[in-house]
Amino acid sequence: MSRISEHPILQFEEKPVITFTFEGRKLEGRQGDTIASALHANGVKVLSHSRHHNRPRGFFCAIGKCSSCLMTVNGKANVRTCVEPLVEGMDVRRQPATGGELKW
Amino acid sequence: MVTTQLLVVGGGPGGLAAANAAASLGIEVLLVDEGLQLGGQLVKQTHKFFGSREHHAGVRGIDIPDLLMQHQGKITVLSNTAVIGCYEDKVLTAVTGEDKYFKIRPEAVVFATGASEKFLAFPGNDLPGVYGAGAVQTLMNQYGVLPGKSVLMVGAGNIGIIVSYQLLQAGIPVRAVVEAAPNIGAYLVHASKIARAGVPILTRHTIVEASGTNAVESAVIARLDDDWQVIPGSEREIEVDVVCLAVGLSPVLDLLRQVGCKTKYVPELGGEVPLRDSQLKTSIDWIFVAGDAAGVEEASAAMVEGRLAGAAAAAQLGADKGEAANVCAQCQASLDALRRGPVGAKIRAGIAKLEGDAANA
Repeated sequence: MSRISEHPILQFEEKPVITFTFEGRKLEGRQGDTIASALHANGVKVLSHSRHHNRPRGFFCAIGKCSSCLMTVNGKANVRTCVEPLVEGMDVRRQPATGGELKW
Repeated sequence: MVTTQLLVVGGGPGGLAAANAAASLGIEVLLVDEGLQLGGQLVKQTHKFFGSREHHAGVRGIDIPDLLMQHQGKITVLSNTAVIGCYEDKVLTAVTGEDKYFKIRPEAVVFATGASEKFLAFPGNDLPGVYGAGAVQTLMNQYGVLPGKSVLMVGAGNIGIIVSYQLLQAGIPVRAVVEAAPNIGAYLVHASKIARAGVPILTRHTIVEASGTNAVESAVIARLDDDWQVIPGSEREIEVDVVCLAVGLSPVLDLLRQVGCKTKYVPELGGEVPLRDSQLKTSIDWIFVAGDAAGVEEASAAMVEGRLAGAAAAAQLGADKGEAANVCAQCQASLDALRRGPVGAKIRAGIAKLEGDAANA
């Protein structure tokens, strides 16, 4: 885990653990995390892949604008994981660039 | 359909100040913000503000949203809600979370939608490990998560320099700050802090490439000549896993464009900016702008602009004209003070280009 433990201005007290799965693997985040911040803290840098060249995409804007962090969460595609709060038991997965086939 | 007198879009420094000013003048305000927490970029700004006391000098950005919400009037706040459409008949569409859609019909709107980060073209700029400076601040200062092990900062304006200092505070080494211009753009008091900590600030330098398999493992930097071209042979490779881009901001104007507000290209203010009059009314009678959306400046100016736009909108919506005019006059004097001197020269030049009544443009 790569979290800030000491800081001259901010205080980051130990917060309760939230367990979730990433690609079926059990990981731990903290209360107050978004899905992407929890993944980042666990060293997961590749969140998705680009449509045409399949290049890795990571955490970029952190405010739900850039589409780099779109993932499938609890079966729902295209969730902006950088602004979606982490919830106990979430099933988080990488997805094809478009989020899979469109269902109407 | 939700109805309100004044809709404020954006809960950063500009929007909070606008909502506060209008509510204090007796106007009913709906404040819509897409974040989970009000404050916009303030929630990650751990440094103390400059200026005078009326501009919250000496107060850390993270403590300002609470100050701005101490108002007497009525403000309804909708967080985690994005306004996604704005139409000529004064109807706006919005979504809460991922899927709760609804309409809003206000009598007037203040758009305080802020700015988005500019990007830079170089091979490898799409690799994980290349972040906007805002994202690095968010990760560290909001979530307490370290962005990586060592950093190359691109840009020595205020954001690049302040975020470099924040990285040092979080315990992450900044290998270098590169700046393509011949001078450091940031306030020198901040630049000196990181220079004293041993971080080289390399002016007339740029990033040439970032490389790595699945994420950034190294970056190449190089010197620039007087024509901003890379000097062959000056390339150096440095081992970093974070490339942080702090190369400027542009106003977020999607909604203003959609509804047809007139804009103009003013590089001094970040690019395309809405035309507006001295009280921040756009070319459309019921739409005002404030903060970075009106032209990229900094949070102190955004707060004053928010108050100005909020009071001007309130006057139009039937608030006490004398009282509102007083607030507007105070704000205009305050903005003049903020923009005085060499630091404000660029902003003054930009605003001069926008001068003239937006309605006549």
